[in-house]
Amino acid sequence: MAEPLLSLDDLAVHFKIGNMLGGGIKTLKAVDGVTLDVKPGECLGLVGESGCGKSTLALAIMGLLPPTRGTIGVDGQEISGNKAPDRMKMARTVQMVFQDPYASLNPRQTVRRTLADPLRLHGVTDKAEVEARVADMMARVGLRPEQADRYPHEFSGGQRQRIGIARALILKPKLVLCDEPVSALDVSIRAQIINLLLELKDELGLSYIMISHDLGVVEHVSDRVAVMYLGRIVEQGGWQEIFENPRHPYTRALIAAIPDPFHRAAISAKAKARGEIASALNPPPGCHFHPRCPLKADICVSQDPVLAAVAEGHRAACHFRDRVS
Amino acid sequence: MTVPLLKVDNLRIALAGDGATYNAVENVSFEIGRGEAFGLVGESGCGKSITALAVMGLLRRPLSLGGGRIALDGEEIQDASPAEMRRLRGKRIAMIFQEPMTALNPLSPVGKQIAEMFVLHEGMGWNEAMDRAEEALRQVRVPSPERRIKDYPHQLSGGMRQRVMIAIALACGPDLLVADEPTTALDVTVQAEIIDLMAELCAAKGTAILMISHDLGLVANMCKRVAVMYAGRIVESQAAEAIFATPSHPYTRGLVDSLPRLGERSKRGRQRLREISGVVPSIAAYPAGCRFNPRCPSVTDVCREMVPEATPLPAEGLVRCHHHG
Ligand SMILES: Nc1ncnc2c1ncn2[C@@H]1O[C@H](COP(=O)(O)OP(=O)(O)OP(=O)(O)O)[C@@H](O)[C@H]1O
Ligand SMILES: Nc1ncnc2c1ncn2[C@@H]1O[C@H](COP(=O)(O)OP(=O)(O)OP(=O)(O)O)[C@@H](O)[C@H]1O
Ligand SMILES: [Mg+2]
Ligand SMILES: [Mg+2]
Repeated sequence: MAEPLLSLDDLAVHFKIGNMLGGGIKTLKAVDGVTLDVKPGECLGLVGESGCGKSTLALAIMGLLPPTRGTIGVDGQEISGNKAPDRMKMARTVQMVFQDPYASLNPRQTVRRTLADPLRLHGVTDKAEVEARVADMMARVGLRPEQADRYPHEFSGGQRQRIGIARALILKPKLVLCDEPVSALDVSIRAQIINLLLELKDELGLSYIMISHDLGVVEHVSDRVAVMYLGRIVEQGGWQEIFENPRHPYTRALIAAIPDPFHRAAISAKAKARGEIASALNPPPGCHFHPRCPLKADICVSQDPVLAAVAEGHRAACHFRDRVS
Repeated sequence: MTVPLLKVDNLRIALAGDGATYNAVENVSFEIGRGEAFGLVGESGCGKSITALAVMGLLRRPLSLGGGRIALDGEEIQDASPAEMRRLRGKRIAMIFQEPMTALNPLSPVGKQIAEMFVLHEGMGWNEAMDRAEEALRQVRVPSPERRIKDYPHQLSGGMRQRVMIAIALACGPDLLVADEPTTALDVTVQAEIIDLMAELCAAKGTAILMISHDLGLVANMCKRVAVMYAGRIVESQAAEAIFATPSHPYTRGLVDSLPRLGERSKRGRQRLREISGVVPSIAAYPAGCRFNPRCPSVTDVCREMVPEATPLPAEGLVRCHHHG
């Protein structure tokens, strides 16, 4: 068994909401006790509804948000708390590709500077080497050499996302966090970016966390999948297990909600979730999903279900995990 | 021959911009029968929303109707006066927008906004109208409607707001509901529920739907027929199943092939996604001839010179491609 590249243990990120004067400070548990591994060369798909904490989790791993509780280990080294290495060092191991390729690039920097600056910052001083690495990275993501001196606004959305990917990869990180990397792009160019990410994964032996609300994309790229609901992981397992044998009622509802144009199968009414997503500020007691769950019983209101094994490498946090199938 | 409920014939929408006038939409024709659900799909900027606005009589500068006819129940409405259009809107044709927050009045309780429809269009008194508003909220499955009618839009979740929009739109039992990306801003499981609700209520009332989306899967699931737009023109229109089984335009084929199909990886292993090369052209730079020609794998000279005519497909479908058949 390979050592995990990333290991999260009981990670929590809470936000304080409200002002001191009004007296009403509330805690928003955006991420609340996430335990998770990513192995070298693996792609972990992370799914869940808007506001469930996916981006917050990614930002914490990047070192951009302090954990409230729990630990983050990268490559066997703990990076949270006071033993944390500086951001500079971290940048060589973990990088992020953002959803919005428009907002995440500096409009006043050419592609060349966007890619060369991180190298120089990390001590690559030899001019020829910087040039060579920039040119190599541009070629890998499908940008032409003469585009190096252009600014972001001169590129299309898909090309900008290529620049974002090049910037994330220029320091040869081991783990790349992709937060909705294709959802801001035109439908007809999403395939280009997904193919590119998969090629680079094989060529460079990268690990990914792929955050996407498009389950078709997640099934296509992931080795394993984790499903989040209101700050917690409710199910995780191999991609095939998750898509073909989901055991948490929320995962089943997610999959049942996909409009499947190819089969037009009648979605099992039993699998559908009813009602609205609760607020993270005020999560329901017990299992957070219980108000929408077709299997709800008294125990779901009174007790938090634990994330326990249902099969080899497949875990679900549901009191009825053995009855769902 | 029965008269279709909505007949759009050779619609052209002019966009006035820096010194030149562009055709943002041209040669767009389609028909929707009574009670039928019709889908209009295409990428961002292809002209879906402005086509909907033209049908609603809501085009405003710099956009204007450049030509063509729009007939409701056989009666042409493209030259109707603003007062006539106001009478039609709400009563016979209603619209739901992508972002309900912009369409709802933030200063007025939602119950009052629904009741207003009955007062304006059916001459009802306010007391009776408020009772009807509560009933309408119950129909769109808002829990405890007797309390919710007093809520302001910001007190409701995104899904609830969209339910309120549906209640307003369907209040007076319109013949046609225009839904412009009604669920894009919502989460997948909530999205599925809203779509079901819309389909169910429209079926019960015999309301026809013009459903607009960039999500081919979603539209195909809900609609009987689908038209695909590219750069301001309809390139193909077919029965929903046929769009996926036998996509006939190279653009539609590209779109269908570039979607990762759920379940495909289990069956055949991970296949590289088919890419559509190039990018969507901007309105000021639409290419001559077939507008898809710079990205088309089967382009020839004629595609660069001549606009393709419509070729009929089985079951009243059509495709605009020089190389069809
Ligand atoms: N800096 C912050 N301060 C306070 N609350 C925050 C902050 N950042 C995020 N939140 C809240 O934390 C919760 C999780 O947000 P997050 O952005 O991680 O969700 P997400 O799963 O990425 O959603 P989406 O799919 O919409 O991107 C939300 O309720 C959000 O409003
Ligand atoms: N008020 C306006 N002023 C100038 N241009 C406009 C205006 N409204 C629309 N356009 C242009 O008309 C074209 C069609 O716009 P439309 O909003 O119909 O696109 P759409 O297909 O609905 O796209 P989306 O999927 O992004 O909603 C676009 O190029 C757009 O930039
Ligand atoms: Mg996010
Ligand atoms: Mg639009």
